[in-house]
Amino acid sequence: MLTVHGLHKKFGALEVVRGVSFEVGAGECYGLLGPNGAGKTTTLRCCLGLTTPDAGEITLDSLPVPARAREARAHVGVVPQFDNLDPDFTVRENLRMFGRYFGLAREQVAARVPYLLDYAGLADKADAPIDALSGGMKRRLTIARALVNDPRVLFLDEPTTGLDPQARHLVWERLKRLLGEGRTIILTTHFMDEAQRLCDRVAIMDRGAFIAEASPHALIEREIEPVVIEVYGDGVAAWFEAHARRLATRAELSGDTAFCYCRDPDALLATLADHPDLRVLRRSANLEDVFLKLTGRDLRD
Amino acid sequence: MTDALRFRHVVYRNYRVWRKLLAASLVGNLLDPLFWLVGLGFGLGSLLPVVGGLPYLEFLGSGMICYGVMYSASFEALWSAFARLKQQRTWEGILHAPMTVTDIVVGEWVWAALKGTLSGVAILTVMAALGLVHGAAALWALPVMLLTGLAFAGIALVITALAKSYDHFVYYFTLFITPMMLVSGVFFPTAQLPPAVQLVAHVLPLSHATQLARGLVLGRPIDGAVGHIAALMLIAVTGVTVARALVARRLR
Repeated sequence: MLTVHGLHKKFGALEVVRGVSFEVGAGECYGLLGPNGAGKTTTLRCCLGLTTPDAGEITLDSLPVPARAREARAHVGVVPQFDNLDPDFTVRENLRMFGRYFGLAREQVAARVPYLLDYAGLADKADAPIDALSGGMKRRLTIARALVNDPRVLFLDEPTTGLDPQARHLVWERLKRLLGEGRTIILTTHFMDEAQRLCDRVAIMDRGAFIAEASPHALIEREIEPVVIEVYGDGVAAWFEAHARRLATRAELSGDTAFCYCRDPDALLATLADHPDLRVLRRSANLEDVFLKLTGRDLRD
Repeated sequence: MTDALRFRHVVYRNYRVWRKLLAASLVGNLLDPLFWLVGLGFGLGSLLPVVGGLPYLEFLGSGMICYGVMYSASFEALWSAFARLKQQRTWEGILHAPMTVTDIVVGEWVWAALKGTLSGVAILTVMAALGLVHGAAALWALPVMLLTGLAFAGIALVITALAKSYDHFVYYFTLFITPMMLVSGVFFPTAQLPPAVQLVAHVLPLSHATQLARGLVLGRPIDGAVGHIAALMLIAVTGVTVARALVARRLR
């Protein structure tokens, strides 16, 4: 459905995307993960023909991009990072007008609007102005708007950033429904639980390049130890130096929390018996651990 | 549907928004020139019986048509278009559909020119009601209004594409639109100005528009009509072409 080969993009002297290649099959959910500034959004925009790459070949829905990007977008839905719903129109009018931009007949769009309103859970808000919607409602409407042309592929740029947990879960449920209908989804996110929940495959991107690509499960298995022991509290630094470095397969002290990655944590846990003032959390490794291992803990601003 | 007409979706979008405010828009379009014509025309006109060989009310009215087109088209292509470009991200949203930057910029250009034309028509209507229009040939002023609107919308879209904030438009109005309004023969003949200013005034787009419209509305011969039309066309096409390139760079 989407093939990207050798993608490069510079903005001025800054090389934002440095040789990215990947393929997304029909019906697949593919996630681009990475810290801020990793080049996720630029990669997405190149795939849609909204930004012209400096080098590389892109094929979207069998059409070359950017040469025939406009035609390709006829069968694509886009959910941008920042809402750009039209504030001059109501909820219903937003859907209708967007259908117009696709050159769809008025009746055709009108027939689809009730379904889209229902999908967004906004049937009772059909005539409300955009300003009256909550953040979660706006997101759902933006997703519904992207479905106005019944697209085969959806591009979502950070679909749940800024939403509360209830709203996020509702968006996930809606996206799963789209996957169930056989649509292809390509999304960017920096929420690892989101990627783990939705994506068949993920790519971790950093400084413009892919540093890992696999299914979330395979990445966790391949890149990281299965058990994580988190220890925090007064005196954690002393305990860390005395035991964690020696007994954990890999250990990091970040602030006043020790992260110990282990294959067999029993010996390490035993040392904690003498430290009742330290608090301990034992959990399975997840995608976020892989992400932090591969991209580091430094802030990216 | 041919590709070249996709810009009509953008025109239609703006038309739908405008329709929501129809009453306010029409009242403004009609009352504003009426006040100007009655106030300046009768007040000043009684002191100046003949200006440029014409009764002052007729002179002023035909100039006001072009001023109205310029003002309305400029305002739409500056403040309103900039809101859609920046604050509302409306253009960005439209680009998610199978639309291009060219479709958007041409759509905004045509829409702003149509809004300008509507203002001109309102003034022409007020003039006709006051008995200031000489015959049906005045309807030929309509294409001139549209062309004038396209010229000013083209320039304004270039400014919009370059603007960082609304503040830039104040400079454009203060340094370009207002002085042009004063020297382009809207309120008094350009011949009254010092020769050096006249030279500048003659190449300004509003001068071309005023001379064309005045001749057509009042049924008088126009000197160098082809040159005026060609100048307005050149400005219009150059403006929209440059604006398209600048917007494409800005939104890439």
